[in-house]
Amino acid sequence: MTAKTKLVPVPSPNMIPDRDIDKRPILECINLGITFGGLKAVEDFNLAIGRTEIAGLIGPNGAGKTTVFNLLTKVYQPTRGTILLDGNDTHDMDTAHVNRAGIARTFQNIRLFQNLSVEDNVKVGMDTQMHYNMWSGIFRLPTYWKEEKTAHERALELLSIFHMADLAGVKAGSLPYGAQRRLEIVRALATNPSLLLLDEPAAGMNPSETAELMENIRKIRDTFQIAILLIEHDMNLVMNICEGICVLNFGRIIAKGTPEDIQANPAVIEAYLGKKKEA
Amino acid sequence: MANKLNTLNKTNRWNYITYLLVIIAYVILQVMSSTGSISSSLKGMLVPICAYVVMAVSLNLTVGVLGELSLGHAGFMSVGAFTGVTAAVSLQNLIPFAPLRLAVSMVVAALFAALAGFLIGIPVLRLKGDYLAIVTLAFGEIIKSIFNNLYVGLDESGFHFSLLSDTTDLSENGTLIIGGPMGIGSIQKISTFTAGFILVMITLVVVFHLVNSRAGRAIMAIRDNRIAAESVGLNITKYKMMAFVTSAALAGSAGALFAMNYSTIVANKFDFNTSILVLVFVVLGGLGNMLGSIIAAAALTILPEALREFSDYRMLVYAIVLILVMLATNNPTLKSFLARLKPGKRGEKEAA
Amino acid sequence: MTFLNYLISGISLGSIYAIIALGYTMVYGIAKMLNFAHGDVIMVGAYICFYAVSRYSLPPLVGVILAMLVCTVLGIVVERLAYKPLRSAPSLAVLITAIGVSYFLQNAALLLWSSNPKVFPNAFVINTIDEAGNPVVQSSIDLFGGQLKVSFVTIATIAICIVIMLALLWFTSKTRLGKAMRACSEDKGAAQLMGINVNATISMTFAIGSGLAAIAGVLLCSAYPTLVPTTGSMPGIKAFTAAVFGGIGSIPGALLGGLLLGIIEIFAKAYISTQLSDAIVFAVLIVVLLVKPAGLLGKQIREKV
Repeated sequence: MTAKTKLVPVPSPNMIPDRDIDKRPILECINLGITFGGLKAVEDFNLAIGRTEIAGLIGPNGAGKTTVFNLLTKVYQPTRGTILLDGNDTHDMDTAHVNRAGIARTFQNIRLFQNLSVEDNVKVGMDTQMHYNMWSGIFRLPTYWKEEKTAHERALELLSIFHMADLAGVKAGSLPYGAQRRLEIVRALATNPSLLLLDEPAAGMNPSETAELMENIRKIRDTFQIAILLIEHDMNLVMNICEGICVLNFGRIIAKGTPEDIQANPAVIEAYLGKKKEA
Repeated sequence: MANKLNTLNKTNRWNYITYLLVIIAYVILQVMSSTGSISSSLKGMLVPICAYVVMAVSLNLTVGVLGELSLGHAGFMSVGAFTGVTAAVSLQNLIPFAPLRLAVSMVVAALFAALAGFLIGIPVLRLKGDYLAIVTLAFGEIIKSIFNNLYVGLDESGFHFSLLSDTTDLSENGTLIIGGPMGIGSIQKISTFTAGFILVMITLVVVFHLVNSRAGRAIMAIRDNRIAAESVGLNITKYKMMAFVTSAALAGSAGALFAMNYSTIVANKFDFNTSILVLVFVVLGGLGNMLGSIIAAAALTILPEALREFSDYRMLVYAIVLILVMLATNNPTLKSFLARLKPGKRGEKEAA
Repeated sequence: MTFLNYLISGISLGSIYAIIALGYTMVYGIAKMLNFAHGDVIMVGAYICFYAVSRYSLPPLVGVILAMLVCTVLGIVVERLAYKPLRSAPSLAVLITAIGVSYFLQNAALLLWSSNPKVFPNAFVINTIDEAGNPVVQSSIDLFGGQLKVSFVTIATIAICIVIMLALLWFTSKTRLGKAMRACSEDKGAAQLMGINVNATISMTFAIGSGLAAIAGVLLCSAYPTLVPTTGSMPGIKAFTAAVFGGIGSIPGALLGGLLLGIIEIFAKAYISTQLSDAIVFAVLIVVLLVKPAGLLGKQIREKV
């Protein structure tokens, strides 16, 4: 009861980095919530993300982090609340529509197009930016050649961010695990998003791969000037690259703030380590 | 690293090999039939083989490329057969040149089958897996029932339609084209092997070009992972429909080709068993493998003829061959046993 | 009264569909495969019973039991030889194999028993004597002063269907083997870890389904007495449709789907058109699946993202 009547400006913009503060946030979630058969999986989720911010969403297993991603991308329809993407309500959009509006994501359990080549996986990501129709494809009209050439070049360019250009012809399903995760990021980038959601991008990576990934996430933000929201269990990565962090436990936000704030927050420590026994 | 992994650059090369093999097969068969060195029974099967090849390749677009099981492909063949022959009969005076009339009829057949594919696709493509399969089966049976009870006549005042019983009320100069369960009689046999060959080539070009374009990538992406495909903004319904309708249109033209190779055609020819027969070609040839579909369609159409010496047992042998081939190609133990027989493969494995 | 008459024959036909649909649904539930050869097992069962009764003059009940035994063994053998080696293969490969088995059974029947239609004897008759003292074969019972005539086959079919359904529900919910069956259909791996012999359970499912198919074959041919090697295919397809209609994998769903399908078919024949009855049945199926994409009693499974 009390949570809903708290007199806090919603969403509280205090997480947004200074350089983005005067601009409209790319994403605002207002009192977002979803109920699965009586269970409130996510409740009163309020968040604002700046246009070039790298934000982190952390929390113990089962806290509802991936559910938040599924709400943002409309894999699940929210039971309550509003999602504003660049100021536009996404209420009537489906998953594909949300992507065209600017949110791209990766998946915790990798979802590549296994039987397509690496290059084709990236090109599928560009499909919404291509214009030639089925007949141009069948009759190989000039628009086909022109757009395919552009797509090929851009795919290689994007792949080279992760030094994967030489793997362009490889079947995606036969890539090693880490490369599959990287390919998912490239595919998401290919859709030209303004907000990139990364679900455990470092899962299964060794420390040197993780370090390289951190560099690349920063590089992506700097090159494409986009916002990134990531779910990650690797605290080293989160604390190093995230400018704002949001901690979720049992479907509710228990803390928001800079990495330093979060590390010092007793509620977060309790959620992760359990309650300390009073002596 | 790249060459150790499974590279996919070979796709285009296989497409050209497929075109080439089809052309070679056509030239050889054409020479053989003009020198009279093939049996008349095989000669009579050339057009049906072409029709089945087109059926198999087009069904492979739905089953192999789109990844949805269709058990009613013969329904589209049926739509094509009936509309195509109707068109040919109506155009008899307008286009006296038979090959052109055949071509126009096949286009008409393809258009009607595409329309049927679109109408059926609206409900079908909303379903998934086995439920989708059973609904395609249902539509196949519905189409069969409708053509079994449809009467279409033509006279100077245009087309006359009636359902269940012949109430077309034609004038004296009119002809009844479709006669319910009697189907279409006295068809002019204008289908030729060359026409069949051209249709096979057109089908291959359409399918290969579609698959190697943005539409094909999107369709295969939806097959591999629907949720991921949605997440990159693909319009799932549009691309599924594109594959389904293209597949239906090609099946329709195959139906027209097939029908105009016989003097009569009835709706029961295009029943569930025909759909299954074509599905067998596709699965035996390999999902997504067009050359495989072509070979399987041709081989299995000839097989019952080739098994003639078994006389009464031939269909039994056919069934056993089918089961054994499926076991040999899909059982893990047998598969690794067969792989070991190939010396090249073993070397590869040891190197890895 | 004619309405009631149609309703009863609809329920009777539906009961046969339901018994066949059970075979489809149980096998689908546990092996996740569409056993296209199931319809042909019906035909085999009918032939065995036919020969037992009319050639060897065995009593009808012995004929039915013999048919059940043969079909049960047939089901197990087919599963062992054709389906078991493909346990881990793609479902389409198994489907095509099942089609191969179906062709095999049909053509074997053609060779063994020829394509000449056999007239199936009606086993559900009572020999009585009429008023004049002549022996009469009575095959139906008059109700409401002769306004409603119900054949014994119809009554027997409905009764047998109810018994089978209750027995199966008891079997799957109360017995060890039945619970093992349900466990395997939920999760084969977990069932195996719990010490359930998955292969034996699958064999048993095929055995039960095929035994039921034999009963369905006898009932079907008693009601529609022409027997040819392709007798099983169309009822097979219809029953498969019925299983999907009710929600494939669900035993009560098979009953509901079968009954509805039978009733719709008979009503469509009676009130709309005989020729279009199949089209109407399938059209209803399509409409139902559009409203309930997993069938009437099926569970919609959501993919985890």
